[in-house]
Amino acid sequence: MGIDYENINGEFYHMEVYLDNSATTKAYPCVAELVSKVMVGDYGNPSSMHMKGVEAEHYVRYAREVIAASLKVSEKEIVFTSGGTESDNLALIGAASANMRAGRHIITTAVEHPAVMQTMHYLENQGFQVTYLPVDRYGVIRLDDLRCAVRRDTILVSIMYVNNEVGAVQPVGEAGALLKSINPRIVFHVDAIQGYGKFRMYPKKMNIDLLSVSGHKIHGPKGVGFLYINEKVRVNPIVYGGGQQKGMRSGTENVPGIAGLGKAVETIYENLEAERAAMYGLKERFVQGVLQIPDVKINGLTGEMSAPHIVSVSFRGVRSEVLLHALEERGIYVSAGSACASNKAPKPSDTLRAMGLEKALLDSTLRFSFSVFTTQEEIDDTLQALYEIVPTLRKYTRH
Amino acid sequence: MFTSFLIKYAEIGVKGKNRYLFEDALVRQIRHVLRRCDGEFKVHKTQGRIYVDALTDFDADETVEALQTVFGISGICPVVVLEDQGFEQLGRDVISYIGKVYMENRGAQEGMSFKVVARRARNNYPLHSMEINAQLGGILLDAFPALRVDVHEPDIYLHVEIREKIYVYSRIIPGPGGMPVGTNGKGMLLLSGGIDSPVAGYMIAKRGVKIDAVYFHAPPYTSERAKRKVMDLAKLVSRYTGPVYLHIINFTDIQLAIYDKCPHDELTIIMRRYMMRIAEQIASETECLGLITGESIGQVASQTMHSLAVTNEVCTLPVYRPLIGMDKQEIVEISEKIGTYETSILPYEDCCTIFVAKHPVTRPNANIIRKHEKHLEGTIENLVEIALQTKETVIVQ
Repeated sequence: MGIDYENINGEFYHMEVYLDNSATTKAYPCVAELVSKVMVGDYGNPSSMHMKGVEAEHYVRYAREVIAASLKVSEKEIVFTSGGTESDNLALIGAASANMRAGRHIITTAVEHPAVMQTMHYLENQGFQVTYLPVDRYGVIRLDDLRCAVRRDTILVSIMYVNNEVGAVQPVGEAGALLKSINPRIVFHVDAIQGYGKFRMYPKKMNIDLLSVSGHKIHGPKGVGFLYINEKVRVNPIVYGGGQQKGMRSGTENVPGIAGLGKAVETIYENLEAERAAMYGLKERFVQGVLQIPDVKINGLTGEMSAPHIVSVSFRGVRSEVLLHALEERGIYVSAGSACASNKAPKPSDTLRAMGLEKALLDSTLRFSFSVFTTQEEIDDTLQALYEIVPTLRKYTRH
Repeated sequence: MFTSFLIKYAEIGVKGKNRYLFEDALVRQIRHVLRRCDGEFKVHKTQGRIYVDALTDFDADETVEALQTVFGISGICPVVVLEDQGFEQLGRDVISYIGKVYMENRGAQEGMSFKVVARRARNNYPLHSMEINAQLGGILLDAFPALRVDVHEPDIYLHVEIREKIYVYSRIIPGPGGMPVGTNGKGMLLLSGGIDSPVAGYMIAKRGVKIDAVYFHAPPYTSERAKRKVMDLAKLVSRYTGPVYLHIINFTDIQLAIYDKCPHDELTIIMRRYMMRIAEQIASETECLGLITGESIGQVASQTMHSLAVTNEVCTLPVYRPLIGMDKQEIVEISEKIGTYETSILPYEDCCTIFVAKHPVTRPNANIIRKHEKHLEGTIENLVEIALQTKETVIVQ
């Protein structure tokens, strides 16, 4: 057991094709360098009064500036967290508890990530009522459904930007405009964990009050993320302690993580349009290639109506877990369902079910997700592997 | 207050001239498990008894838990070891012992009965055992008016043993029983990821048998996590059995060949036959004297009497099936007790279930199975050979 370093540095390394970028991404080398520099060099506590603390504070301030600029918001509207899940929890629990006197009704969608879904279940137990909007067969909500769901006591709406399983892009801008036209006091949260770093998004223009982002989905470090909080919106903290970040999120700032996150944001937005176009190109190539295999279904939209980095494919008559491991044997890493729950029983995806995918395909679906590091050669290798593996696996099935 | 444990063992005592072999094995295993506990210990045999003396600070709960994984131990007595400073001092010490063990923790229980059981192993002590019994009994009655003496069925047996030092104990914490591992040969356990096979290994190990194990891995149908899970299970079992040699066999090609050539409703039974053949082959190479499985009559299609007979006929080594007459719930209870249950129920597919037919045969006929296996001739020999040659062996401890 243990790690075979020879293989990692040798042949094996070059054969690795990582197409699970919706689970997590490889860090940019510049991010890793900066994190390391802060950890061993500028390791001070930003709250300390001496020079070491001031230096550390500088990294946090700089990251805040970069992130605020990417969203065109004010720096004081950015709160650093331990990642996407905490950002979602802070947004939902914090906004629900701060606004409960105005009502106890919340709206979200049937295809949210568990970080939102499970928090909603918690809020239901706390006495809130939650409406779950259905989606069409492409995984997208209808604005009419949202309009109908809003009640006089609706205080909070949470809609994800990009669905993590099929890459559906929700009409968050239109939803924001609609909500503000009905009741400007409704707080609008967007889980942008799969969307940020792929699209440019401006909360002020899109009427978004709260926006969650995670570092490790954009080539930053794990264990760090942020929540944008519109300064006009009331949110209660969920973590109490030393009062850091103006009391909104106590706890010594994760300075190396935050510095790395800032660097990742800076890097990913530098050439966003070109890199996104390249990713759309790879996605199209992959989709066209995979459709050469008989009895294959692409779940969700393709092209610029969808996210550039996620493709969900159902292979009829093949169990996703087996195909996943067969690809793994060739050094190709993909995902069946959501990676967040891999230690639990593989459970058919809520998103695919909500999209009305037929039962036989639920357990035959894989997610391929790309990043700026993905190459055309890797796409072609993966297609070649699928052409070889899928017919073999279809031969051996359960009876 | 306790600095020593008296180890009681049951069946070893009846083993005649081989007794020292069993005692030595027990001492070895005790030393082995104490390595995972904080503190330093001395384990020694003295006049037909095994003592564990703590030489440094130690964690009593942790130590008892570790000793409870040593087969052969029937009871663990926490002992207070006293210097001999005269009988008067002994009286005071015994009062303090009873006070601490029975009065403070449990509250003085009205009418609790006791009996002093003294043993004078050193002849130069001024009182003999009957006198010690009577006098200490009197002292305790004076000190604790709530207590009473019952020489037939007392609640507390207060043992006072006079040796170089004086050993006082009364509580007996039950051990796992059985016989020390390694005193009864070695067996090859067919370990899957399920609930049953780790329990089967535990039960046979309890009879003093050392355990090796074989796991059939079927990538890509079973995952790397399924393999890790089996390693974790082997590790949990090794807490009781000592280090386990785990042999991992890549079984995929054999399974696919069976799938290609044989009727699908007989797939599982034919697969089991090949597992037994391969396990027996490894067993004979590693000096194992039998195979061990977690089978229980009727639990699944491949474990009916008919199926077991058909599976069994391919082996010449005895196949030990310690769970054969147990219900699932009984097996679950043991797996919870030995700490393998939570790992066993992790939902990774094992190779027995991947191609299982909707309606597998439950009354296979050996003649027909043998006939169908003939379809495999010409290819399977080579596949079995490759599987054996590419086996991976890890020492799990």
